[in-house]
Amino acid sequence: MEKQFPILQIIDPNGNIIDENYENEITEHLIKTFYSHMVRMRVFDRKAVSLQRQGRIGTYAPFEGQEAAQAGSALALNPDDWMFPTYRDHGAAMAFGHSLKSILLFWNGRNEGCIPPKGKNIFPPGIPIATQIPHAAGAAFAEKLKGTRNASIAYFGDGATSEGDFHEGLNFASVVKAPVVFFNENNQYAISVPFHKQMNSKTIAQKSLAYDIPGVRVDGNDVFAVYFQTMKALEAARNGEGPSLIEAVTWRYGAHTTADDPSKYRDQAKSHQRREITDPIIRLERFMKNYGFFDQVWIDMVQKEAADEIDQAIKEMEQFPAAKPGDIFDFVFAKLVWPIKQQKEEYLEMIGGDKK
Amino acid sequence: MRAAIKTQTLTLVQAINDALRIMLQENQNVILMGEDIGKNGGVFRATEGLQSEFGEDRVLDTPLSEAGFIGAAIGMAVNGFIPVAEIQFLGFIYPAFEQIMTHASRLRMRTMGHYTVPMVIRAPYGAGVRAPEIHCDSTEALFTHMPGIKVVCPSSPADAKGLLIAAIEDPDPVLFLEPMRCYRSSREEVPEGKYSIEIGKGKKLVEGTDVTIISWGAMIPVALKAAEEMKIQEVSCEVIDLRTLYPLDQDLISESVQKTGRTVIVHEAHSTGGVGNDVLAIINDTSFLYQKAPTERVTGFDTPVPYFGFEDYYLPTEKRVVKAIEKVLSF
Repeated sequence: MEKQFPILQIIDPNGNIIDENYENEITEHLIKTFYSHMVRMRVFDRKAVSLQRQGRIGTYAPFEGQEAAQAGSALALNPDDWMFPTYRDHGAAMAFGHSLKSILLFWNGRNEGCIPPKGKNIFPPGIPIATQIPHAAGAAFAEKLKGTRNASIAYFGDGATSEGDFHEGLNFASVVKAPVVFFNENNQYAISVPFHKQMNSKTIAQKSLAYDIPGVRVDGNDVFAVYFQTMKALEAARNGEGPSLIEAVTWRYGAHTTADDPSKYRDQAKSHQRREITDPIIRLERFMKNYGFFDQVWIDMVQKEAADEIDQAIKEMEQFPAAKPGDIFDFVFAKLVWPIKQQKEEYLEMIGGDKK
Repeated sequence: MRAAIKTQTLTLVQAINDALRIMLQENQNVILMGEDIGKNGGVFRATEGLQSEFGEDRVLDTPLSEAGFIGAAIGMAVNGFIPVAEIQFLGFIYPAFEQIMTHASRLRMRTMGHYTVPMVIRAPYGAGVRAPEIHCDSTEALFTHMPGIKVVCPSSPADAKGLLIAAIEDPDPVLFLEPMRCYRSSREEVPEGKYSIEIGKGKKLVEGTDVTIISWGAMIPVALKAAEEMKIQEVSCEVIDLRTLYPLDQDLISESVQKTGRTVIVHEAHSTGGVGNDVLAIINDTSFLYQKAPTERVTGFDTPVPYFGFEDYYLPTEKRVVKAIEKVLSF
C-alpha cells in the first residue's frame, strides 16, 4: 500500500525542488505568503502554550510541526468555502481568516470565540473525534444543491479514521458526490497511541479505495506539496467530481494538549531531533536559501509583525467583557422556553442581575 | 475484638487504580480496555502502571473508536471475559450509545438469560475543572433511563473502590461514573485488599432531623458545605449520598424524608429528566403524607454545560442549596 500511495513531495528536506512540474508555479508571492503564515502560526502556538502555563487561558492543544499541513491546505481554499477544523487546527483557521482574538477566547472558555468573522464559514472546532467529518460532507452537498462552486474541507487526525463518523461521512459524500476535501493530518499519534497500534492499514490514503474516491499521500511538512494537492482536490470537487481524501504525513512536536505529558509514551528528545528532517519552517527556509529568496531583514519583519499582532490579540482577549450569566440561557433556543426562562429568572434574581 | 483493618490514604483516582489492580490480580478474565489507558496510564492516570504489571493483552489500548471498543467489549463479555472499558470523558460516550442501549443493556432479556453482559464502563464526568467543552457533561439520566444497565456514582475514595469491585463482580452491565472534580480533591483512609459495597445502597453521610439533602457524586461536597452552613442557623440537615443511581435506594430515601418531612435534591445534571425526578417519585410514592413542604431541586440548568468561562454559573453552588433549604423550612 505504501507503494500504491507514495508520499508526494515537491521540496525535499534539504530544500531542493524535486518535482520539476511545479518549478514555474512556485512564485515569490506564494513563498512569502506561506512563510509568513507559518511563522505567524508558530509564534501564536508557542505564545498560547505559554499563556496556558501562566493560567491566562485554559487547556490548549498545540500544533507545532503541523504548520505546513494547515497553511498549505487552508490557503488553497476560496473565501466562500467551508472549513471544519478540529481542536488542533486553529492554525488553519487563522490562515483562512479567523481572528486571533476569537481563537484565544475559545481557548479561554468563551463561546464568543466560536463565532467566525463576518462572511466566513468556519465551524467551531470539532471536539468529539471525527464528528465534523459528516458535517463537512453535508455542507458541501448543500453547496452542490444550491448550484455554487463552493467546497468544504474537513480536518481530522489519524485516530479519527478509526471512528464510525469518518467512514459514514466519506461514504455519504462519495454517494452524493459532495464537493468536499477530507484532509487528514497524520501526526502519527492519537494522544499516546501510535499509528501502528491505531490501525492495521499502512496508510490512511488507502481508505479512499473503499469509497472509490481519489486518495493521495503528501509530505505534510512540504507546504507546496500540500497546497498543490489540496488545490487539485478542490478543483475536482468544484467540477462535480466529488470528494477526495488527502493524507498529509506530519508530526506534532509537543504534547497532545497542555494537560498531556508526552514523555510518558515517547522519547521527546528523539521527537525534537526530527526537526532536522521534518520541521516545515526549517525546510522552507532551506528552500529560500537554495533559490535566492532568503532575506533576513524581511524574515525579522515577519517575526516582529506576528509577535505584535499576537500581543494585540492577547490584549483584546484579556480586556474582553466578563462572561454574562444570562448568555448561558439565551442561546439554547431561538426563543426562551418556559423551563429555561424560569431557571434564568430565578438564577439572575439570586445573583442580583446579569453582569453589564 | 475485631482485628484492626489495615488502611492506606488514597485519593479517589488512586482508589480506582487499587480496585482495578486487585481485580486484575484476582480474576484472569478481567480485561481493561480504552483509549490511552496502557502506556499513558489513562488521561487521569486511573490505570497508571497496570499495563506494565499485567501486560498488553490485559490492559488494552484501543483504537479511537468508542462504538467499536464498547461493541467489542460486549462480544468479549458474552464470551467469558469481564471487560472494564474506560470512556475518556462521559461526553465522549455518545458514539457508543447505540451499543449500550440496544445491546449491552438488553442481551440478557433478548435471550432469556442465555447471553449475559458482565461488563463495566467507567467514565469521568462533570464540570468544574476548567476542562474544554464536551469534557464536562453529567448525563447520567440518559443511562438510568435505559432498562438493563446499573448506574453507580461514588463520591469518596473508599466508596469508589468498594463499588468498583462490586461493579466488576456484578453479572450485568454497570456504568461507573467517576466525579472528575473529586479525583484528587481529597484523600481518605481506604481499607487495603478486596472488599465490596452493595450496588443499590446509598449512605447517610450526616445524621440530621430538620431537612434531608439528597445528592451524589461531585455535588456531595457542595451538599455537605450547605449542611455545615445551616448548622449556624441551628438547622439540622441530614445528608444522603445515593451512590447508586439505578436502582435507587428507596428505603434510605423514604426513611429519611419521613423523618424530616423536608427535602432538597441536589444534582449537577440538567433539571428536566434528571435523576432528581426519580427521587421525587419515590418520595411521592412512599412518603407523600409525611411531607411538610414541597421538595426543592437544585440542579444544573436545561442548557448545554457551557464553556468553562461560564461553568461557574451553571454548577449548583452552596448558596443555591442554602436558599432551597431555607425555602423548604419556611413553607
